[in-house]
Amino acid sequence: MNLKEQMNIVIVGHVDHGKSTVIGRLLADTGSLPDGKLESVKEYCRNNSRPFEYAFLLDALKDEQAQGITIDTARCFFKTNKRDYIIIDAPGHIEFLKNMVTGASRAEAALLVIDAKEGIRENSKRHGHILSMLGVKQVVVLVNKMDLIDYDQEKFQKITSEFSEFLSKIHIKPINYIPISAFNGDNIVSSSKNIPWYKGMDVLRQLDSLKNKKKNYGQPLRLPVQDIYKFTANGDDRRIVVGTILSGKIKVGDEVVFLPSYKKSTVKSIEGFNVPKRDTAYAEEATGITLSKQIYINPGELLVKANEKLPEVSSCFRANIFWVGKAPLVKDKQYKLKIGSTKIPVKLLEIINIIDAAELNIDSYKDQVERHDVAECIFETGKPIAFDIISDIEQTGRFVIVDNYDISGGGIIIGSESRHDNSLLKHVNEREYLWSNSLVSQDEKSAKYGHKSKLIIITSGSEGKEKSVENIAKQIERKLFDLNFKAYYLGISSLLAGLVSEDSIGYRDRLEHIRQLGEVARLFTDSGQILISPIYNLDDYEVDKLKVLNQPNEILVFNLGETPFNNFKPIANFNEGNALDIVLEVLKGQEVIEYYL
Amino acid sequence: MNHLDKLEAQSVNILREAYREFKNICMLWSVGKDSTVLLWLARKAFFGHVPIPLVHIDTHFKLPEMIKYRDDLALKWKLTMIYGENTEALKNKMTFPDGNIDRIKCCKSLKSEALKHTLSGEWPRYKMDHETGEYIQDDNKEKYTGVIVGVRADEEGSRSKERYFSPRDKENDWDVSDQPPEFWNQYKTDFAPGTHVRIHPLLDWTELNIWEYIERENIPITDLYFDQGNGKRYRSLGCYPCTTPVDSTSKNVSEIVEELKSGKFSKIAERSGRAQDKDDGGGLETLRRDGYM
Repeated sequence: MNLKEQMNIVIVGHVDHGKSTVIGRLLADTGSLPDGKLESVKEYCRNNSRPFEYAFLLDALKDEQAQGITIDTARCFFKTNKRDYIIIDAPGHIEFLKNMVTGASRAEAALLVIDAKEGIRENSKRHGHILSMLGVKQVVVLVNKMDLIDYDQEKFQKITSEFSEFLSKIHIKPINYIPISAFNGDNIVSSSKNIPWYKGMDVLRQLDSLKNKKKNYGQPLRLPVQDIYKFTANGDDRRIVVGTILSGKIKVGDEVVFLPSYKKSTVKSIEGFNVPKRDTAYAEEATGITLSKQIYINPGELLVKANEKLPEVSSCFRANIFWVGKAPLVKDKQYKLKIGSTKIPVKLLEIINIIDAAELNIDSYKDQVERHDVAECIFETGKPIAFDIISDIEQTGRFVIVDNYDISGGGIIIGSESRHDNSLLKHVNEREYLWSNSLVSQDEKSAKYGHKSKLIIITSGSEGKEKSVENIAKQIERKLFDLNFKAYYLGISSLLAGLVSEDSIGYRDRLEHIRQLGEVARLFTDSGQILISPIYNLDDYEVDKLKVLNQPNEILVFNLGETPFNNFKPIANFNEGNALDIVLEVLKGQEVIEYYL
Repeated sequence: MNHLDKLEAQSVNILREAYREFKNICMLWSVGKDSTVLLWLARKAFFGHVPIPLVHIDTHFKLPEMIKYRDDLALKWKLTMIYGENTEALKNKMTFPDGNIDRIKCCKSLKSEALKHTLSGEWPRYKMDHETGEYIQDDNKEKYTGVIVGVRADEEGSRSKERYFSPRDKENDWDVSDQPPEFWNQYKTDFAPGTHVRIHPLLDWTELNIWEYIERENIPITDLYFDQGNGKRYRSLGCYPCTTPVDSTSKNVSEIVEELKSGKFSKIAERSGRAQDKDDGGGLETLRRDGYM
């Protein structure tokens, strides 16, 4: 089969500068329109007493025709001998910046249209700036409506030099400036006699000269774990880790590390359906692997190679962002960050500065990021995540922020930050400061109850032990209760059913569950009780979070079977047979229940 | 990677994301070439398994070969196969073929309405029993909050504006003028209670890509697409009163690919054989807002 190359091109620029006309022309003059389409649009114009314009070819939607502006990205298809193109028409109106972003992010290259008569406008610059953040590196500037300035070379050069100066500040070096008139078809698919002083390529030849991005096979492996499948139908016993490879390659036998958990294993096989057996998968493939050593991992981890440069792992980073949300981005509000396959709560810690995307002026006085602003900020995630700096590996240096239910902003990471005054500690300090102490002291409580208060967590990193940790936690409550201690078992499901409403955003979010348990534990331990809770597959970060939230009281973690932790050491390990004895022994050793003895 | 590999990888990524994010998810299968490619991509994504129920809206005016093909494949690939219908309209003969309403109203009633109420679980769903091959009423009445659909951007104007993950509000409405942004392969996977999301893994595919992929993967496709010796074949499948075959002698997939690339169809819109499009002034916009695929 003879398959042609394909390329996505976005067309951007200020409203009314002629983007849709350029596309209409390209489609018509390359013969890419279905038979009768041109005629039917012309007839539509006649019936509606409007002069025919090439732009109407794209205005397929009724309300768009009514308004006369492009509101959303439309895709159209045309082909040259070299390759097939998908042209993405991005709206030029500021209100529809989010649609422009959607279109531009899918493109290998951009055509940026400037009206020769009107000159450079706010969105000519803003779109240039967003292209740079989105990582669209190939930019061709079309200076349109040359017929309206009598094909004047001087005016053309004035625009190009002014725009080049702006673009250089945002690190864009356009491939070419082409003087065109889309209305008259000048320099679209052939050189124009009206512009003899221009010796460069026409738009069509320029498009064919662009290059599809080189595959980043040579970079370190980055494979965000999208899911783990175990479909048992028809005797299938494979446990397949799936995801789309963002960079590098993965081979059978590779030693791999999952981040941020730092769990390690080795690649046993590359899986596929209706493909020949292979032992390597490359960047951009949506692949699946099995592991030699079974380990418990969650979707959202980043799979990398042990012998390659590791990504950053941190809960704090510095980023440039653009904001398209309805509500502004503010501090102390919980958002959701999506990076790779990770979805995690995030907060805005600090605004370094807000840049006027069109003028590049810095406005340091605003304390929130408003719609259509570009800003440099510091963010903090609910627990550490793995990422790269944008200049190292693009694909893992990009993220989006979800506000309420909508993607409201995008960003590129420019640095990892290490901060000790993280927001959890700040919250706990504030909480403790505001804590209203009762007249009964902790000592009095433990004297009366015959034991100290404690948070006891039962966990396990062994596969399939969810139920076992629950049962053991319940048996411990039973035992301590029978011994006349004030012990209470709290399962996560009880917590969820009660404290969290299904409407709340955090409903499916494990980190949010951990946070709630931590807060509840603080109340229980303050009341002098022993709170026992099972959390299957607890990790280092989560145990840390519980510790901080349960302050000033203490936490004891017991582990069944394989440890789920990377560094943290549980107070004791047990098996299903000796769990109760070991817990009691530890409690005595820790003098939790000293008074009883 | 060639462009088919890229399209495949993108679609597989979207399918896996949808499967990960939505608890109650289904895939619409019209048994046409596009949604059959979609079904094949699901087998790619899930390594031969299809862990998502397939929903077919049966107008009972489909070409009989379509239903046989659907059930044969459902049995062979062990699919969770479900169909829904507008029982009331069919019983009262409120259809275009019965001469009681026009084409657009018929589509709206037998497809859009049937789809809406089947997805919400308000109308009965019929599920294939793999023991007998018969359909029995499905006990599961839960609303599907994620619906995977095989629309392509090149089909007609309104579809070219779709997102990969496209929200529908409580009334099933599509707010074209206020769609969520979508970039860097991050999709809208959070949605307010009561709303649902349409997922479009084939958005970037063209009709030609579909046939090239069918050829490459050797995907079983219903014979209706091929000339059976009378010089006619279907280019697009629908209900028999409203779908006419086109003049073509393509007898197999590679002949169709050739015909689309350089032959007589390289410049004629795919849906030209669908009568309802013309009745709506050349656009599917009206139906689309009502939930038509």
